[in-house]
Amino acid sequence: MNFLSSLISGLSLGSVYAIIALGYTMVYGISKMLNFAHGDVIMIGAYVSFIMSMHLGMNGWLALLVAMFVCTCLGVLIERLAYRPLRGTGSLAVLITAIGVSYFLQNMALLIWGANPRIFTSLFNGMAPIHAAGGQLNISAESIFTIAANIIIMIVLTLFVNKTKAGKAMRAVSEDNGAAQLMGINVNQSISLTFAIGSGLAAVAGVLMCSAYPVLIPTTGAMPGIKAFTAAVFGGIGSIPGAMIGGLILGIIEIFSRAYISTELADAIVFGCLIVVLLVRPTGLLGKKVHEKV
Amino acid sequence: MKKTWTKVVVVALSCMMAFVMASCGGGGGSSDAEGGALHIGVIGPFTGGAALYGTAVKNGAELAVNEINANNPDGLQLVMDAQDDEHDAEKSVNAYNKLVDDGMQVLIGPTTSTPATAVAAEADANRTFLLTPSGSSPDVTAGHDNVFQLCFSDPNQGIASAEYMAANFADAKVGVIYKNDDNYSTGIYNKFNAEWEAQGKKVVAAETFTDGVTDFSAQLNSLKNAGADLVFLPIYYDAASNILTQADKMGYAPKFFGCDGMDGILSMEGFDTSLAEGLMLLTPFTPYSEDAKSKAFTEAYQEAYGELPIQFAADSYDCVYAIYDAFQKTGLDASASMADICEALIAQFTGDFVASGITADEMKWNANGEVEKTPKVCEIQDGKYVEK
Repeated sequence: MNFLSSLISGLSLGSVYAIIALGYTMVYGISKMLNFAHGDVIMIGAYVSFIMSMHLGMNGWLALLVAMFVCTCLGVLIERLAYRPLRGTGSLAVLITAIGVSYFLQNMALLIWGANPRIFTSLFNGMAPIHAAGGQLNISAESIFTIAANIIIMIVLTLFVNKTKAGKAMRAVSEDNGAAQLMGINVNQSISLTFAIGSGLAAVAGVLMCSAYPVLIPTTGAMPGIKAFTAAVFGGIGSIPGAMIGGLILGIIEIFSRAYISTELADAIVFGCLIVVLLVRPTGLLGKKVHEKV
Repeated sequence: MKKTWTKVVVVALSCMMAFVMASCGGGGGSSDAEGGALHIGVIGPFTGGAALYGTAVKNGAELAVNEINANNPDGLQLVMDAQDDEHDAEKSVNAYNKLVDDGMQVLIGPTTSTPATAVAAEADANRTFLLTPSGSSPDVTAGHDNVFQLCFSDPNQGIASAEYMAANFADAKVGVIYKNDDNYSTGIYNKFNAEWEAQGKKVVAAETFTDGVTDFSAQLNSLKNAGADLVFLPIYYDAASNILTQADKMGYAPKFFGCDGMDGILSMEGFDTSLAEGLMLLTPFTPYSEDAKSKAFTEAYQEAYGELPIQFAADSYDCVYAIYDAFQKTGLDASASMADICEALIAQFTGDFVASGITADEMKWNANGEVEKTPKVCEIQDGKYVEK
């Protein structure tokens, strides 16, 4: 029973990581940069949703839509102001800028909302948990919805990337930026679209995460952001199914090491697994090996 | 890639250092040294993440100083100068040096343990009498004869909790969740565990977590499976609110018991206070107390600052009165030097001086600088603290 409830906790935590990891992996896939500010966009999404529902009395689901809208705009804005001017200057400059944006967002949140923790009201408040096996196993509504949301997002996104024109353009840009431009694809638009989707999903991840783990502070997004980045690398950065598998595996490893091995060593085990995977498969579980052409 | 990463780390670190150094800021406070007044310095974080505590300490001290000055205009007057340390050890030492330069004679503070430990060493070398309202780590007082705490030290909270549980929940199966990368939490847990075992009992499960952990399902499951019906949480209220929420979701409802770090759990915006119903905590002060002195303090504080006082405000309020009363017993006048006052006050505090205040009716100090007072245990009922 302990095993099953740990598995469900692991899947639910892993699903949050997977949704966040999508943002990292898509942005990396298309513009070959690590957007370290992604974790903080999650935090902004959660705050916006909190303010909408607590201070303006909005319905939780409506607040989620507003948060998605704000984060989408924020993502596009960050890309336009901070990353686009640096495109073509080498990865180091963009990476440092991303860290700068991350600090900027955290401190902006500190200024606007202060350091006092807020307690996020769950989107699924009032939905009773499912009891199974004679009350031994409790599955919360948060877990079910998080896992379901993860699966739906994954399917829709895969279809979008593979079946639509915009998705095709995104794949073309990620494969060869220059050639895509020559074929008449608007590269800037494709990259903006990627940031928009990734940041919109960040708002969903923020709300789902804070529904399960309700403490909201300006650094709420930092640690999950790093874990999700690890998940993206684990699954093969640049690959959408990789982000999902990486996230789920990471969540399960984390919960199982806490439950069965040691709560103190859990993080060490998680990152240890990452090192092993990267030693055996440097491109991650589902990553493609790209041959550099000279 | 490897090289890039090294560069990233180096650049990131240097950015952080530059940031930390650049964000030095001025504090606030009123400072005008007067001839016949005792000059009290206050240090605490008035900005940054721990600003809640520092501001409370400053306000509580200010309230006491104003009261004393207003009540006997002909007697000894106090002048207070408060400096910001942003909960940073280095800035705290700078703040201390500035206060010494400005003629401080007695120091109340620093508010938080890490800065207090750093300033304690300086104050020892300079011979400044230091009474911290809330720096609760044993490191603060260790090895310094001039450093005293008004709050319980961390280990003593562990012992007091174990004694209270042994007296009131003798048959309970006790489980613990503590934060093992935090001095405060491990300090309390270790002493608690030692005392609990000294009583011939055993903790059924002790689980840990580190900074940034939000999922407590594994820890709670382990406690549930071990059959713990009393869970000791020597941690801060933000993590505790996560634990209470998740325990409720998994249908696990033991009795929860916290220390002074739990204070504040009811004031978080959005927190469903029904989750904390029945939670017990060791706290020196509650704004809902029926005690006449506490009530008067709470009302005066609310009128002056527009919010309910937290225990840090009560601690620093008591600090001012303790120093004022002890100073009068020394027979010195306000023109005495900082070092003379220091020796005289040490003699008082380690002698038979007994302070009385809102955090305890009787407070005595041992030679280690630790306070001896009766702990207060409160239970949360209907969203309010009720003294037990």
